[in-house]
Amino acid sequence: MRREVDQSMNEKAIVQDKTYFLQMKEHPWLSVASFIAILLLWEWVSRMAWVPPLFLPAPSSILSEGWTMVKTGIIFKHIFSSLTRILWGFVIACSFGIMVGILIGFFSIPEAVGNPIIAATFPIPKIAILPLLILWLGIGEMSKVAVIALGVFFPMVINVYTGVKNVDPLLIKAALSLGSNRTRIIRKVILPSILPMIFAGMKLGIGIALLLVVAAEMVAADAGIGFMILTAADLMQTKKLMVGLIILSLLGIFFNWLFQKLERIFIPWKQ
Amino acid sequence: MKVLIDHISKVYIDRRGESTEALQDIHFAIEENEFVVVVGPSGCGKSTLLNIIAGLLSSTSGQVIFEGPQTDSKPHTAVVFQDFALFPWRTVLKNIVYGLEERGVKWQEQLEIAKRYIALVGLQGFENKYPHQLSGGMKQRVSIARALANDPLLLLMDEPFSALDAQTRTLMQYELSRIWEETHKSLLYITHNIQEAVFLGDRVVVLSRRPGRILDIIKIDLPRPRGEHLTLEKRYLEYVDAIWGHIKNQAREAMEETG
Repeated sequence: MRREVDQSMNEKAIVQDKTYFLQMKEHPWLSVASFIAILLLWEWVSRMAWVPPLFLPAPSSILSEGWTMVKTGIIFKHIFSSLTRILWGFVIACSFGIMVGILIGFFSIPEAVGNPIIAATFPIPKIAILPLLILWLGIGEMSKVAVIALGVFFPMVINVYTGVKNVDPLLIKAALSLGSNRTRIIRKVILPSILPMIFAGMKLGIGIALLLVVAAEMVAADAGIGFMILTAADLMQTKKLMVGLIILSLLGIFFNWLFQKLERIFIPWKQ
Repeated sequence: MKVLIDHISKVYIDRRGESTEALQDIHFAIEENEFVVVVGPSGCGKSTLLNIIAGLLSSTSGQVIFEGPQTDSKPHTAVVFQDFALFPWRTVLKNIVYGLEERGVKWQEQLEIAKRYIALVGLQGFENKYPHQLSGGMKQRVSIARALANDPLLLLMDEPFSALDAQTRTLMQYELSRIWEETHKSLLYITHNIQEAVFLGDRVVVLSRRPGRILDIIKIDLPRPRGEHLTLEKRYLEYVDAIWGHIKNQAREAMEETG
């Protein structure tokens, strides 16, 4: 309330909107400008040689290093290696995660058996299992794919399980009253109901996959972004290392964009 | 086909082993082409009864019997739920054909049947909309069409208009009355609204508060087609008053009940 005294000396109070500060303004130009400003500042600091280029090479020099790697094609070899591992691990994890999640969510015996196993293994950082996987599967592709698959499997299975548990029981009743049996309920009610949860699991999973592929490639590999970053660091090629980081950032942004697109295609009823 | 609700009782037992009696010896029949309304105060086990008849809940004792020649081509019941229960990932058309799909009806025939019921409930032009794009009244039309398209021997409606605003609700009552007069489907309708019960029903079964017992079964001798004019007529109001007389004290006790 704002109290004031007008000319006729009558006191009055005018009601103010108390929520005005909650209405966030959008500043799209500021986001772009600040991003560019930071890059320029970085470029300037490097050019003035206030920081040795070994520690902080200029953005322009990182860019030209990246361009050289594109021209020689070496960069694609590393990206391809990493993406292949991610793809395999991701596909395996998603298929198993969805199947197991539905199974333990919908049937009581798999739930009783599966829940404690998942609860016990979920907290282990997956990278800690890598040495065991190398022991079992050798140092080649299998162990890397396996560690990614393990890492992606857990968020997927937990998301799907939660999704199945939260399917609207009324929809199941409706389907039953319209003549569906148990298997058709899974296909026609449960599966579409949990699609948003599956996509949430995939978005979580892809972040974990990126993390694990880099970690696994740093332990043992002869190609891949993680390998590239580690060897660049060993040889003090900071520019090359930075190129690796930029690729990871771009990959993360790309996957996010991809899943958002796919979500819109596969879940047209969700707005 | 006559449906006999044969001495149904239901006792719920919770995790601590405490039992709650929801229904006590409910016994009545729904004749072929009859519109029966079950009315009662909140917590009288109306929905429990409907779920038992729909085969979505087991009774503690008693049974539901469909008397007459049995066919495989028609399901026994189809339910219209209070909260619509439409599949959000299916368009209006795909929601309506769901039951037909499950019964293996050919797509061409599904389309023809759906078309008929879309016209009956007034959904033309909305066939390809998703449920979230519809108002409550339109959603419930879809739900009614979905149940009717399945051509059940007995149509069950569980407080279908309770989730709607008062004006939409009144309009939907007129609509349902018209639809029923066109189809004459055997129908069991659950409500707590006495005016609605008298307006719609051929007979009204009045239930007591928990445990739900039948207090009275009243034949509503009002002419059809029933429309807006009916609600001003003396005989309509007398029926409403008579049922309110049965339920008044029950409802008050239910309201004052703690927990």
